[in-house]
Amino acid sequence: MLRDITLGQYYQADSVIHRLDPRVKLATTIVFIISLFVFDGIAGYVVAAAFLAMVIKLSKVPFKFMIRGMKAILFLLLITVVFNLFLTPGEALVSFGVFKITKEGVKTAVLMAVRLTFLIIGSSVMTLTTTPNQLTDGLEKMLGPLKKLHVPVHEIAMMMSIALRFIPILMEETDKIMKAQMARCADFESGNILKRAKNMVPLLVPLFISAFRRADDLAMAMEARCYRGGEFRTKMKPLHYEKRDFVAYGIVVCYLVIGVMAGKLMVILL
Amino acid sequence: MNIIKVKDLIFEYIRRDEEGNVEGITKAVDDVSLNIEQGDFVAILGHNGSGKSTLAKHLNAIHYPTEGTVWVDGKDTQQEEHLWDIRQTAGMVFQNPDNQIIGQVVEEDVGFGPENMGVETKQIWERVEESLKAVGMYEFRKHSPNKLSGGQKQRVSIAGVIAMHPKCIILDEPTAMLDPKGRKEVIRAIRALNDVEKITIILITHYMEEVIYADKVFVMDKGRIELQGTPREIFSQVDRLKQLRLDVPQVTLLAHELRKEGFPIPEGILTKEEFAQAIDKCVDEIR
Amino acid sequence: MPIIVDHVSHIYGEDTPLAVHALKDINLVIPDGQFIGLIGHTGSGKSTLVQHLNGLMKATSGAIYFNGEDIDDKDFDKRKLRSKVGLVFQYPEHQLFETDVFSDVCFGPKNLGLSEKEVQLRAYEALKLVGLKDEYFYQSPFDLSGGEKRRVAIAGVLAMKPDFLILDEPTAGLDPKGRDEILDQIAKLKEETGITVILVSHSMDDVAKYVDRIIVMNKGSVMYDDVPREVFRHYEELEQVGLAAPQVTYIMKSLQDKGLDVSDDVTTIEEAKEEIKSYFTKLAKAKRGNW
Repeated sequence: MLRDITLGQYYQADSVIHRLDPRVKLATTIVFIISLFVFDGIAGYVVAAAFLAMVIKLSKVPFKFMIRGMKAILFLLLITVVFNLFLTPGEALVSFGVFKITKEGVKTAVLMAVRLTFLIIGSSVMTLTTTPNQLTDGLEKMLGPLKKLHVPVHEIAMMMSIALRFIPILMEETDKIMKAQMARCADFESGNILKRAKNMVPLLVPLFISAFRRADDLAMAMEARCYRGGEFRTKMKPLHYEKRDFVAYGIVVCYLVIGVMAGKLMVILL
Repeated sequence: MNIIKVKDLIFEYIRRDEEGNVEGITKAVDDVSLNIEQGDFVAILGHNGSGKSTLAKHLNAIHYPTEGTVWVDGKDTQQEEHLWDIRQTAGMVFQNPDNQIIGQVVEEDVGFGPENMGVETKQIWERVEESLKAVGMYEFRKHSPNKLSGGQKQRVSIAGVIAMHPKCIILDEPTAMLDPKGRKEVIRAIRALNDVEKITIILITHYMEEVIYADKVFVMDKGRIELQGTPREIFSQVDRLKQLRLDVPQVTLLAHELRKEGFPIPEGILTKEEFAQAIDKCVDEIR
Repeated sequence: MPIIVDHVSHIYGEDTPLAVHALKDINLVIPDGQFIGLIGHTGSGKSTLVQHLNGLMKATSGAIYFNGEDIDDKDFDKRKLRSKVGLVFQYPEHQLFETDVFSDVCFGPKNLGLSEKEVQLRAYEALKLVGLKDEYFYQSPFDLSGGEKRRVAIAGVLAMKPDFLILDEPTAGLDPKGRDEILDQIAKLKEETGITVILVSHSMDDVAKYVDRIIVMNKGSVMYDDVPREVFRHYEELEQVGLAAPQVTYIMKSLQDKGLDVSDDVTTIEEAKEEIKSYFTKLAKAKRGNW
């Protein structure tokens, strides 16, 4: 179950998308997410879908892998759909007592579902094709100007990268402790919310202790390897833009223009 | 030349109860003096809680002496201006392979040390390549550390230290959490570094088979150095080692037991070949 | 009440490209009262197998019978199974969570819904069985030494009064003395209670001294399942899969290479000593005979 979360996991492959500068991928992801909320009408989403499909194809990451990431947010998706379906006021299509499904409700629900799905898959593509280190490097460089405002950009980037490194380890550990307590007949599945929360104590206490111990060890290991913050540091993989990165930026701009135009065109044509 | 010199080292920490009141003082390292020569393979033995790890952490300026002095390559670890020099000269590998790998990709992790030292990009790549080759992990350079075995992870950690070009590597129980196969891999890598690259090795362990190859062995108990000498000298003292919660290689133990039964076998037998020879000699004597 | 493992296979991540065949058609009978060593290197499937025995993992195909009942049956009480087949994980001290030792050991029996009195009685007995001194009972488990913490964790499982006790690498990370102490304690506990003990390990040296049956696993299959002596005869095959016979076996081999007529059928230092002594006695007699 926990293994299904693909967000934050890297899939090794040799593709154009993998080779792109992380800043391009970060910017593209942000633009893509914004575009999902800016585009209106079906035409815009068709363009977005086409764009996403193209990127996935280029990335050489199996589509199955991205879908698995969806499982983790299926619940969230369902809630969003249900809320929108029943709570949007407007022209009723069907009604069950107080609840009614409206035409507008169906429209928003579908829209939200598509947006969320695209959003998750879109960001999965980024994390699957970019190592967390590249990602944080990209972020650090993009946010570089904020250093002048005394924002600890390097530290934030380092924290993120460590967090990402330890997510799979801590998940495995959670799984292990859970099993160990289940071997002592612990029950994590039944009872009401309050009881369940209480039953989590035998899982959470050991997990926190372990996390702190790891943090302590890691800090010592980093110091032993001469880590002393961002100053003086050089980069093994410094970022510079190449031709393909500028091409990628070009494509993203085209995507935005086409998407917006398609929406407008639809309106005019209809 | 002495790469490491420890003189009259005492390290105390203060135990506190739940309210933070001082309960007492524990001497984790108690009056230790030792010299380690450049290029040596030194082993520090001791049971859990004997103070061996605490001592090790002094050699890398993670802990500072309460009393006494530690010099690494002639530099006093308590002088702050030497801190980064010392940490680069004396690299350290820890017990838990998961808790010391920072990078998400093997090569990025090995590059972490040189990055911190401000090494130029091109040279970082060269260092990463040679370090990974030295421990036999070059083909795994693009892998995620999470997918490696324990022994492989530890070799990556060792590569991460080698990439800093240290004169000396301190390994704090690097094999304690590994299976026999991983243990062998790591020990083989360590011995190669000592033989080929002439890097001084300080191996902290409680596995006896691992110290047979050492030039010198120190045995610690209650923060003190109780025994020191060559592996043969140390393993001659089977009963004393048992008192110190340690054991000896099985072949040494068997030889010791037979000796107690009156067999004319020398103490401190380390390998089965030596043992077979000694027994063969006994046979000759009877004939 | 034996455990019967009938054609059990387990595949991780079935129908994904990363599928791993962790167990392949395992057949075993684990009767009452045996002392078993389960040997294999990392990734051989030994940990996966033991998690099947108490129902923490479900077989992809095949079945496991406890007391004649299929444990994957809908009506089968998994909780009861787990109390009867106690599993102590590797580094079990990492699962301790209570503020004092005694409460932590009470966790298992409490989950069984026993009376307060019974819970405390069992916890007390279990702590006695693992040889923990009374003065530690109300201390925080986190203040104890590594070996003591491990004893507490084992007591936590024993307090459920299992008929089978499975210990996954109980000596990992302990120093030589700590290792011997914990193994001796387990042997003593086996003696006193008569329960079946399964020691999971990758070291033949650790288990050779104690067990009366060794199951060797390799690549998800059972490679050997016999008394220690018989298993160690295959020392060459064991080496090929990254395992080894106990060190004394090799010592005796090197004596044979020197032309000494000694048996390599020994598994402990004590046996080796006796074997060598008797060889020399014979030798001396023969010499006197010649005169």
